[in-house]
Amino acid sequence: MKVEYQPKVIGFLCNWCSYAGADMAGTSRISYAPNVRIIRVPCSGRVDPLLVLKCFQRGADGVLISGCHPGDCHYTEGNYHARRRFALLRNFLDYLGIAKERLRVEWVSASEGQRFAEIVASFTTELAELGPCVKERSLG
Amino acid sequence: MEEVRIGVYICHCGSNIAGTVDVAQVSQYAGTLDSVVIARDYKFMCSEPGQEMIGRDIKELGLNRVIVASCSPHMHEPTFRRVCEEAGLNRYSFQMANIREHCSWVTEDHEKATEKAQALVQAAVRRVFYHEPLEIREVPVNSNTLIVGGGIAGIQAALEIADSYHKVYLVEREPSIGGHMIQLDKTFPTLDCSACILTPKMSQVGSHPYIELLSYSEVEEVSGYVGSFKAKIRKKARYVDEEKCTGCGLCQEKCPWKVTSEFDMGLGQRKVIYTPFPQAVPNVPVIDRQNCAYFQKGKCRACEKFCEAGAIDFEQEDKLVEVEVGNIIVATGFQTFDPSIATQYGYGKFDNVITGLQFERLCNATGPTGGNIQLKDGSIPRSVALVHCIGSRDENYHDYCSRVCCMYALKHSHLIKEKTNSMVYQIFTDIRCFGKDYEDFYQRLVKEGVNFVRGKVQQVTSANGKEADQGRLIITAEDPDNSKVTQVPADMVVLCAAIESQQDANEVAHILSISRKADGFFLERHPKLDPVATMTEGIYVVGCCQGPKDIPDTVSQASAAAARVLALISKGKVEIEAATSIIDEEKCSGCRICEFLCPYGAISFIEDKEVCRVNEALCKGCGTCAAACPSGAITSKHFTTEQIMAEIEGVLV
Ligand SMILES: Cc1cc2nc3c(=O)[nH]c(=O)nc-3n(C[C@H](O)[C@H](O)[C@H](O)COP(=O)(O)OP(=O)(O)OC[C@H]3O[C@@H](n4cnc5c(N)ncnc54)[C@H](O)[C@@H]3O)c2cc1C
Ligand code: FES
Repeated sequence: MKVEYQPKVIGFLCNWCSYAGADMAGTSRISYAPNVRIIRVPCSGRVDPLLVLKCFQRGADGVLISGCHPGDCHYTEGNYHARRRFALLRNFLDYLGIAKERLRVEWVSASEGQRFAEIVASFTTELAELGPCVKERSLG
Repeated sequence: MEEVRIGVYICHCGSNIAGTVDVAQVSQYAGTLDSVVIARDYKFMCSEPGQEMIGRDIKELGLNRVIVASCSPHMHEPTFRRVCEEAGLNRYSFQMANIREHCSWVTEDHEKATEKAQALVQAAVRRVFYHEPLEIREVPVNSNTLIVGGGIAGIQAALEIADSYHKVYLVEREPSIGGHMIQLDKTFPTLDCSACILTPKMSQVGSHPYIELLSYSEVEEVSGYVGSFKAKIRKKARYVDEEKCTGCGLCQEKCPWKVTSEFDMGLGQRKVIYTPFPQAVPNVPVIDRQNCAYFQKGKCRACEKFCEAGAIDFEQEDKLVEVEVGNIIVATGFQTFDPSIATQYGYGKFDNVITGLQFERLCNATGPTGGNIQLKDGSIPRSVALVHCIGSRDENYHDYCSRVCCMYALKHSHLIKEKTNSMVYQIFTDIRCFGKDYEDFYQRLVKEGVNFVRGKVQQVTSANGKEADQGRLIITAEDPDNSKVTQVPADMVVLCAAIESQQDANEVAHILSISRKADGFFLERHPKLDPVATMTEGIYVVGCCQGPKDIPDTVSQASAAAARVLALISKGKVEIEAATSIIDEEKCSGCRICEFLCPYGAISFIEDKEVCRVNEALCKGCGTCAAACPSGAITSKHFTTEQIMAEIEGVLV
């Protein structure tokens, strides 16, 4: 029997909105794929491209960066910087031979547990279709 | 470097974690990891024995790093940091692995959950290895408080704080404080007259030596942090000198121009120079510039002629005031759903379809009809229908329950019965009378002979089918259980329009850096255990801006926020962020990208050295600068690249 492929996802979640949103998914007992691993950062603006590349290099199949909704960043505008930074990085990923769909930037507020779980579900489905991210591992 | 000695503690959280995750296995696994000296699992790590166990191990085993794998750090990080500190460690020697909210509660498969828990523990172990002690700094708390919004919520909080001899700046954007409560006639369930219980509090605010009331004002900008905020407040021009005005009211009497009164919800009129109602605080009128004949056409100045105090000042301009405060209470209240959006209810089409708030004015002795419940043509209605859940509990508008409408609809029924011989219908889907003594009030109304009709209203039409007809109305309602349709005839229809968040709630949230829920109301720190604070230290939310609620709940929440503020004032100092950024001047190329990105102006360029430097008192630790520095010269303390990289490696093994 074929073992179902489960993509590995790293989620960088800002402490103030998205991390709490993921907590809310837990409190509401909404389950999602077990291979999603969350790393807490103070703000989505803290995530730098090197960290994302490191994830791919270490075997992640997808990286999710999630912060507060535009206008709601606890530090006013970190999420705007993140948005700009990762729009650039996505193009660059393609260049490296990593499908740009493997990097997602999303906004999830502290009350949006349901939304967080939905984003994760759609992301993991999309990644499963793409298959394992092998190419870039050789980069490391 | 001293040897790293890590202790790992896996919590069962009763069956919350242990029911899904094999905690013994995780603990055994943790014991095999590098630098881990001890790994244990226990029923409740947060309990007294659990905490003592950690403290003892720190001392006896010489631990210098601690990991607890349990719930979200938003729950217990402060608890375990304290445990570390009490045992002599720096609080930043601690790391938490969230194996409940992010693992056991969201993973069905036990094996997968255990595997995930192990990965999260592995990540924490690798990360904590690179943790460094950070210096905890304290700053004094400014004992002044800013309160935004002068409804009952803001009034209550202001009085509680000011009565303990601490200064309050109360900012209200309307010409007078009072909010919605001052518009109400009687209040459920006791039927006290709303103005009678509120005006004494309002006048106390007006004359309190510790309250500076800034009415007709708005907060434009807030900066700083808990303990020392700075706020810029715009005092809009009233065109009346507050110092000189005696409040005699002659100007209002003599002003020849009338417009629709907002206070009377469009049912009555007011003058162009006006106080919204007679007991206004402050009792100083404002000139409505948009409608003033002098401002618009250059002629009139009648008010000026009659003002003996010489208080009218057509040259007055907006004033910007800056205040410094330690805490901020947000009490901006609500607005009501505009039923004209939902055309099926006939609001705006039929004269005798009104809202609950309009009914309050109609019923009030100081209102446009002197308290007579009457139709537009002055006659007394033979029957009145109160329609519940307008814009609330309705997937097309707001999903939530507006919480006060059932009770005020019952209150209105009683007032109609008391003042007229009308038939009264309550058209409801569910009756929710949850508060103290509310059920008794409901039973009383049942006995008073109110007709209860279960149904969701589909439409309000005129009895003879003519659009323009202003006579009898027909309400068509469908029972949600059996789809049975009922038609109720009425001369007057009162729509219980939902409480909703203020139109400008988004701007207010933005100015104060607080969040809103999807339904628009401000988000509290925790829905159960901290319904008063917000995610931003030193900022609290009270009253209907946080969610629909009645007066007793509003007052309780306001008092709670006041207590929180007073607690901080009495402590006198507050800790500020230790996890700030720092720039390595050796590596800095002086490109100044970070200086441009910093939202707090915490980074400055040192001209003679051609490098940037962080002012740690202003830095809040977002880390945006560290992520953007092309030279890798910036370290975001406690979220260093090294630490996050280690965590990435850990979760991916
Ligand atoms: C028709 C109706 C009948 C009701 N009857 C009852 C009853 O009988 N008993 C009962 O217990 N409850 C009743 N309620 C509920 C009651 O009105 C609320 O609980 C109460 O008014 C909430 O007070 P608040 O101070 O939170 O908000 P509000 O009364 O809305 O006050 C908010 C204040 O803040 C000001 N403000 C808003 N934004 C800003 C800003 N950006 N800057 C400065 N100021 C600002 C507003 O001008 C206002 O003065 C009724 C509600 C309605 C709609
Ligand atoms: S704090 Fe959430 S994105 Fe900045």
